Amino acid sequence: MSSPDPQPGSPDKDPASKAQAAQDSLGNTEQAEDATTPQAGPAGAAPDGAPEARPSLGRLFLANLWAANTVTVTVLSLVLAIVVGAVLMIISDPAVLSTYSYITARPSDALNSSWTLVSGGYANLFKGSVFDPEAFTGWLNGSNGWQAVLAPISETLTYTAPLVFTGLSVALAFRGGLFNIGGQGQATLGVVFAALAGFALPLPPGLHLIVALLAGALGGAIWGFVPGILKARTGAHEVIITIMLNYIGTYLLTWLIVQNGVQDPNRTDAISKSVDPSAQLPRLLGDNLRVHAGILLAVLATWAVAWLLNRSTLGFELRAVGANPEAARTAGISVTRTFVLIMVFAGLLSGLGGSNMVLGSTATALTPQVVAQIGFDGILVALLGRLKPWGVALAALLFGALQAGGNRMQSYSGISLELVTVLQALIVIFIAAPAMVKAIFQLRAARAARLQTSLAKGW
Amino acid sequence: MEPGEIHALLGENGAGKSTLMNVLYGLYQPDEGEILVDGEPLKLRGPSDAISAGIGMVHQHFMLVPVFTVTENIMLGAEKVRGGISGFLDRRRARREVVEVSERYGLRVDPDAVIEDLPVGIQQRVEIVKALTRDVDLLILDEPTAVLTPQETEELLTVMRSLKAAGKSIVFITHKLGEVKAIADRITVIRRGKTVGTASPEASRDELAALMVGRNVRLTVEKATAKPGKAVLEVAGLVVDDDRQIRAVDGIDLTVHAGEVLGVAGVQGNGQTELIEAIMGLRPTLAGSVTLDGERVDGWSTKRVLRAGVGYVPEDRSVDGLVKEFSVAENLVLDIYDRPPFAGGLALKPQAIATSAKERIEQFDVRTSSASMPVGTLSGGNQQKVIVARELSRPLKLLIAAQPTRGVDVGSIEFIHSQVIHERDIGTAVLVVSSELDEVLGLADRVAVMYRGRIIGIVGPDTPREEIGLLMAGITPEAAADRAEARPATDDDVPTSEEEA
Repeated sequence: MSSPDPQPGSPDKDPASKAQAAQDSLGNTEQAEDATTPQAGPAGAAPDGAPEARPSLGRLFLANLWAANTVTVTVLSLVLAIVVGAVLMIISDPAVLSTYSYITARPSDALNSSWTLVSGGYANLFKGSVFDPEAFTGWLNGSNGWQAVLAPISETLTYTAPLVFTGLSVALAFRGGLFNIGGQGQATLGVVFAALAGFALPLPPGLHLIVALLAGALGGAIWGFVPGILKARTGAHEVIITIMLNYIGTYLLTWLIVQNGVQDPNRTDAISKSVDPSAQLPRLLGDNLRVHAGILLAVLATWAVAWLLNRSTLGFELRAVGANPEAARTAGISVTRTFVLIMVFAGLLSGLGGSNMVLGSTATALTPQVVAQIGFDGILVALLGRLKPWGVALAALLFGALQAGGNRMQSYSGISLELVTVLQALIVIFIAAPAMVKAIFQLRAARAARLQTSLAKGW
Repeated sequence: MEPGEIHALLGENGAGKSTLMNVLYGLYQPDEGEILVDGEPLKLRGPSDAISAGIGMVHQHFMLVPVFTVTENIMLGAEKVRGGISGFLDRRRARREVVEVSERYGLRVDPDAVIEDLPVGIQQRVEIVKALTRDVDLLILDEPTAVLTPQETEELLTVMRSLKAAGKSIVFITHKLGEVKAIADRITVIRRGKTVGTASPEASRDELAALMVGRNVRLTVEKATAKPGKAVLEVAGLVVDDDRQIRAVDGIDLTVHAGEVLGVAGVQGNGQTELIEAIMGLRPTLAGSVTLDGERVDGWSTKRVLRAGVGYVPEDRSVDGLVKEFSVAENLVLDIYDRPPFAGGLALKPQAIATSAKERIEQFDVRTSSASMPVGTLSGGNQQKVIVARELSRPLKLLIAAQPTRGVDVGSIEFIHSQVIHERDIGTAVLVVSSELDEVLGLADRVAVMYRGRIIGIVGPDTPREEIGLLMAGITPEAAADRAEARPATDDDVPTSEEEA
């Protein structure tokens, strides 16, 4: 606790950091004292100011997240996750595992079968998400169309789009000092509102889509407003409220699907009517490829959030409140108003992410599973993206690729799709524990120290 | 220290009393010098070393777990286990010990009461019992009366006498003269980290006060005579509570005129912080009014008060004044970011912010390698200059500066002082609050002394320090004679949220 004052910022490349570090520690002496005292013993003489000076759990977490803010740690985390994933593949395959029983007698058996399994699995992961050479040669000899070449990318982008929105939602709230665990609920409300507007409103094409998207955004915004206003007015913790609203949202969806006027009259199972084609997001590469305009909206949203955070007065307030609410209040910023706005915007983004799930190509009707896990995955995406809008977009792209590739890995290599989820979790765990990654790869201490101090430049 | 002695450590806030005691208790490491116990040099690596050397400490802010019982709190850190098996607490034995210790020293506590249900005075007693169960010979009480009511203070003094009778030595840290005279056997006065004298309890209050406040050469601030104009800030009958709903400002009347500096002196924790926060709209006012240029501003939002032409230098820059992660440029517009020329509509104008930052950095001599450096990397003095630059770079009617030079190097102090005086000379009303008497006397045209939420007197800056020192201790010249000897503290004398160390 003594070292990391929250010093968020983009990695800066100029290595003037030693002097900076010295200055830094000078500047922070008072805080450092406050911070170390309570640790020093069971009866530390905490000066009165300590409770305020002591960073909150959230801010500490943020500081930790920033503390190893480099591409290096991210890439190494990916490598580690892939290694652990390989071990899991081997363990979960009985045939391969059995070769290990006689590994001392014939090690080549175990090694060869393991290599075949792991390399095949990851190759399929890649082919399913980025590029499949066979499809490419097939297109060259004319045995399949160009669509097959772009299919992996199309799948990746289809999975990416909603994650960008929920990731931005979580990241935006985080930057304002709030844990938005409610992306899932907000996305659920987004799905519900978007779908209702999509099949219940008879509107002309174009307008219908816009209205449906706005409805989805509104649904999410309402679900974000509730924790925001409760926090501002009553001090209720947003984590608890958003988690509870996730449940309420989920069961609201389950209940709503089977209501008259919502449920598909031709079906007995829990599925709603389909969204009118006029309210569906247009496909970008023809009907055979699933990629739709949602990905363009996602890019637009990323740009908008980046602008909001860095170039708008609201973003200034939000970042000030997130970094030091006391100073923000003293400077005349209404902290409570900012909390509400943050949550409304976060909900709005998640709601748009939800809309993607029912107005895009993944589904056109409400089912209990229509939202998938995009809200929760959004938390991981936000953390992986280091809470920066474009970082979040890239992280969503990675997660989208893992999803898309995971499908192929499952059908071609017989490796369970859940492995992808485990991989995603592992990546984030490694990123959240940068010290572990650094220790494993023996990153030089000097380098680590530089990371510590290089954090805080113009964000 | 001798066995069975009560040794009072007297000094102003920030004089170094608490720091010294934290060193004794092993919380801080001494940079130089050594501690002798029974003639042996002692190396303390932590509180556990101190405890085994027989030193116990009762902190100003209690270190108790509110939801635990008295017994549980006392056994905490030295848990008794049943039959030597770790993991099995022997509550019964711990409870017996608590009862035994509290009876031996006449410290009645209910071993089964839950801490959060107990009044502050009893909680403190629990702390003392806790120290005694660790078999200490030397007990350090850090500002023990700060949080106590007069009755509780009386009881505490009784307890101290009985401990003394039992042969325990006590170090009693305080800045209250009355208590010291009532109980101490020996008095050491500390100022600015140095022992400035020892005295016996027979010494007069005046002598002690003079020692405490010191006779330093006044920090000279070059300034012409003030030309006060109309009243800008008028505070009438203001009542404000602190964070714990305890009365902090108790009916204050105050007027600051254009072109004058009103200095508020006083030992920290006498309501100065709350007074200012109430004026700034950061803290609700319970009664009374605040008028700025003839307009009632109490109940206004902070933003509105700032917009009305009030500049505010908060007393704790790292908590209230700056966002450390933000760049110098961003901090320079922290309270005007949404005004032209720094913003148009919803959009910030980074160019304008950067240009203005460059000018301010130049004008206020902020030492930084660039305006985009995070402000947390600057030295304390330069951080403070950033705040002063921010607040003085717009037209002001009133400037409120709380502890404007705390933790700031000498060069920056002079610069900040000259800026404050400059602001006065262009006709701004200035309210300076400082626990540094030198600063108040150097800057102020009139000095208001605050004591327990009230203005106890308003004097000229040429008033002898001793007289102001007495006022700060709550003794008006007229009342000095008929004040009771051991004037007990009341609970509105609580130190506020700033470090009391």
